[in-house]
Amino acid sequence: MRSVDLIIIGGGPAGLAAAISAYESGCRDLLILEREETLGGILKQCIHNGFGLHTFHEELTGPEYAQRYIDKVLQYQIPYQCDTMVIEVTPDRRVTAVSRANGLQQFQAKAVILAMGCRERPRGALAIPGWRCSGIYTAGTAQRFVNLEGILPGKRVVILGSGDIGLIMARRMTFVGAKVLACVELMPYSSGLKRNIVQCLDDYNIPLLFNHTVVDIKGRERLEGVTVAEVDPKTHRPIAGTERDYDCDTLLLSVGLIPENELSRMAGVRLSPATKGAVVDENLETSVPGVFSCGNVLHVHDLVDYVSEEAGQAGKNAAAFLRGEQKETGRTIPVVDGFGVSGAVPQKIHVGGADEAVNVMFRPRGVYRNAKIVVSAGDRELYSRKARILTPGEMVNLKLRPEQLRRIGDAAELAVKVEAS
Amino acid sequence: MGCRISAVLDENGKIVSLEGYTCNVGKKYAQEEFTVPKRMVTALVRVHGQNRPLSVKTAKPIEKSRIFDCLKQLESCTVILPVHAGDVVVPHVCGTDVDIVATREMY
Repeated sequence: MRSVDLIIIGGGPAGLAAAISAYESGCRDLLILEREETLGGILKQCIHNGFGLHTFHEELTGPEYAQRYIDKVLQYQIPYQCDTMVIEVTPDRRVTAVSRANGLQQFQAKAVILAMGCRERPRGALAIPGWRCSGIYTAGTAQRFVNLEGILPGKRVVILGSGDIGLIMARRMTFVGAKVLACVELMPYSSGLKRNIVQCLDDYNIPLLFNHTVVDIKGRERLEGVTVAEVDPKTHRPIAGTERDYDCDTLLLSVGLIPENELSRMAGVRLSPATKGAVVDENLETSVPGVFSCGNVLHVHDLVDYVSEEAGQAGKNAAAFLRGEQKETGRTIPVVDGFGVSGAVPQKIHVGGADEAVNVMFRPRGVYRNAKIVVSAGDRELYSRKARILTPGEMVNLKLRPEQLRRIGDAAELAVKVEAS
Repeated sequence: MGCRISAVLDENGKIVSLEGYTCNVGKKYAQEEFTVPKRMVTALVRVHGQNRPLSVKTAKPIEKSRIFDCLKQLESCTVILPVHAGDVVVPHVCGTDVDIVATREMY
């Protein structure tokens, strides 16, 4: 068994940023383990642009954004091993991996950063009736086929769900010569970014049908068509008589992402039902000491810039943990989701020695106009900010400054809520 | 994220007033969007002797109305490896002053 100070599981945007930041914070004995052939994660197939606006103040494509981090990893000579699948992480941070080149490997790590990312919700999670024919893909799978493998998954496309990958694929399929008939969304709003709705659907006159869903799938071998119906906005049940048939050979699903936490679970990490990721403190440390979590495996982000930023924090904190410098001062209090708030991260923070700002992120539960975001401790309001519009598609990111944190006092919890007008 | 911008146009399509932007980038984007909308185009081109395509982009935004002309030109284009990120794959696409550049390394 090999002993390593820090093992980073995943060589995507989170893993890369975590490794770089850990290195810059002084950690020299670290190793990135990546399942695929090359570093870069999902960014490799995201050939559209719009990445890096916050981090680099310019718009990059996915591969370009990834390359900036890969270049840093190479420059620092941070060891990484691709084609390597981690199959087990134990609570005492023993990491087991398999690869063709090295067979079975075991590592004893002093700290572990979980950066495995997320995976798409498949058809099975939706229970759409109809045939089990070919031609039904998750949007990300289709994206991989088109952008990396050079394969066109189909020619007449209906997209179910209006997540960002679905929107991006609506444009990509149009660009590569397919006809996108409609994008169908169950909810009355999109979970995708506004700019993607404008630049991927509106630009190409692709209709976005809110309060609609796919109620039937036809085709014995290959998909031949889908039936779309309007749903009752309250019950989400299809309304009889509103069915419309679409003649299509491809159905893309963009119906949400789930953090990939199998390894976290094995390591004994406590998971949050709201985010489906680990429960972490402000250092992004999980319930297992020395195990950190960041990026989409912690909670699904909208922008890779935020993933990199968060992962950078995890890397820095893991390096501090390795130096034995972690300030475990004071008590911890939970951060609870109040009205209109879903999955606030971190879920707990240390009260007392806080000399650094704490980032709190959450998703609004619904669409709120002219609302106020409030963080309070007991009856003391620590933070408030006005927001013209809040939607579940756009994560809220707020920074609690040390002086605001000091006002927590003896409160039992920190509540994050939306005050709708 | 982002802001909602509204504008008042006169009968010639000129902007009379612009409201709601929170930074200069947003102001510029809105001005363009109401007059000559432009888009960055990212696409794929064939690679000689390989099944896998090369991802490319316009070096700067091109007019929205030219997107499909641009894509059409790229369809008939094949690149020969090696290619480095930033290499010009097609200069002056469809007679504009915009180059198509590679966005990844391939060798």
